[in-house]
Amino acid sequence: MSNQLKPAASGQDHIQGSDSAAITLVEYGDYQCSYCGDAYALVRDAQEALGDDLRFVFRNFPLAEAHPHATAAAQAAEAAAKQGKFWEMHDMLYENQQALSSSDLMTYAKEAGLDMEQFKKDIGSDAVSDKVDADFESGVRSGVNGTPSFFVNGEKYEGGWQDGALTAFLKSQL
Amino acid sequence: MLQPGTPAPDFELNNTPDQTVKLSDLKGKKVILAFYPGDWSPVCSDQMALYNETLKIFTKHNAQLLGVSVDSQWSHLAFSKDRNFHFPLLADFEPKGKVSKLYEAYDEEGGTSQRALYVIDEEGIIQWEYLSPKGINPGADGILEAIEKLDNDKTKKS
Repeated sequence: MSNQLKPAASGQDHIQGSDSAAITLVEYGDYQCSYCGDAYALVRDAQEALGDDLRFVFRNFPLAEAHPHATAAAQAAEAAAKQGKFWEMHDMLYENQQALSSSDLMTYAKEAGLDMEQFKKDIGSDAVSDKVDADFESGVRSGVNGTPSFFVNGEKYEGGWQDGALTAFLKSQL
Repeated sequence: MLQPGTPAPDFELNNTPDQTVKLSDLKGKKVILAFYPGDWSPVCSDQMALYNETLKIFTKHNAQLLGVSVDSQWSHLAFSKDRNFHFPLLADFEPKGKVSKLYEAYDEEGGTSQRALYVIDEEGIIQWEYLSPKGINPGADGILEAIEKLDNDKTKKS
C-alpha cells in the first residue's frame, strides 16, 4: 500500500539535525511500545554515526488500546514542546518506559524544568491532543502499519532496523 | 476477488457465541470487511490492533469495520477481550470459510481466510478491494482513501 510520507517533514515537526542533511529519517513511534524503546537507542546510534548527514523527525503514533499510557505520554511530550523541551521529554519517556503514569509524567516535566502550571494546562488542551491525533492520522495515510515505522527521505523503510541494520542502511544511502 | 460494482453477497455470522451480524442489516452504512488468516498470529494482531485505533476515523465516515476469519466465536471472544477490540470479529467457522470463499478471499492450501479487504458502500455495493501479499500488514491507508473517495463523490453528486 502507500509507502510515501504524507505530509513531508516540515516546520510543524519536531526535528533534530540540520535542514541541509542528506538524509531525513522520520519515525512514527509510541512511548509505551517496547520495540520503540529499542529503536530509541538505535536511532541514537545512527545519529552518532551519521552526524550532520542525518536529520531526525519524530511523530506520534500511540496505540492507545494496546498501550494505556501511550496517548498521555505523547501529549506530555507535545506539552513540553510548547516550552521548547520536546526532546528532553521524549528522551526521558523512552528512558523510563516502564513508568508512564500521570504522576510519572509530572515528575519528568519537573525534571525538565518546565513551568508546571503551563504544562498542566497544555497537557489537557485541545491543541496538544489535536497535534497527537494529526500525527496519528498522517501515519495512517502514509501506510504506517505498526510501531516503530520509519521513512527515509519520504519513503517507507521496510528493511530491518535492529542490531545496527538501520545505521548500516542509512550509511549506504550517503 | 470480487470486483468494484458487484453487489456484496449477504451473509450472517456469529460475532459472539450468542450474537450474529448480518451484512444486509448494515445498509445505510459503509462496511469495511477485513478478512484475515487467524486470531493471535503476530501480523494479524498488529493489523487488527491498528484498525482498532483507526476506528474513530472510520466512524467519522459512517463506516463499520468487520473482521472475518475462520476462528470460532470463542477464540474471537478471547482475542477481542485480550486486545481491547471495539469492533466485531466474525466467525467464518461452520461451514468453514463459507463467506471467505463467497468473497474469493480463501486460501485453500492453508485453510484460512486470506488477508483481503473490501469497502462496501451504503447501498451494499462493493466499491474497493485489496488482497495483501502473504505475511504483509496492509495498513489502513487504502481503506481510508476508499471511504473518503466515496464521501467526496457523494458531495459532488448532491
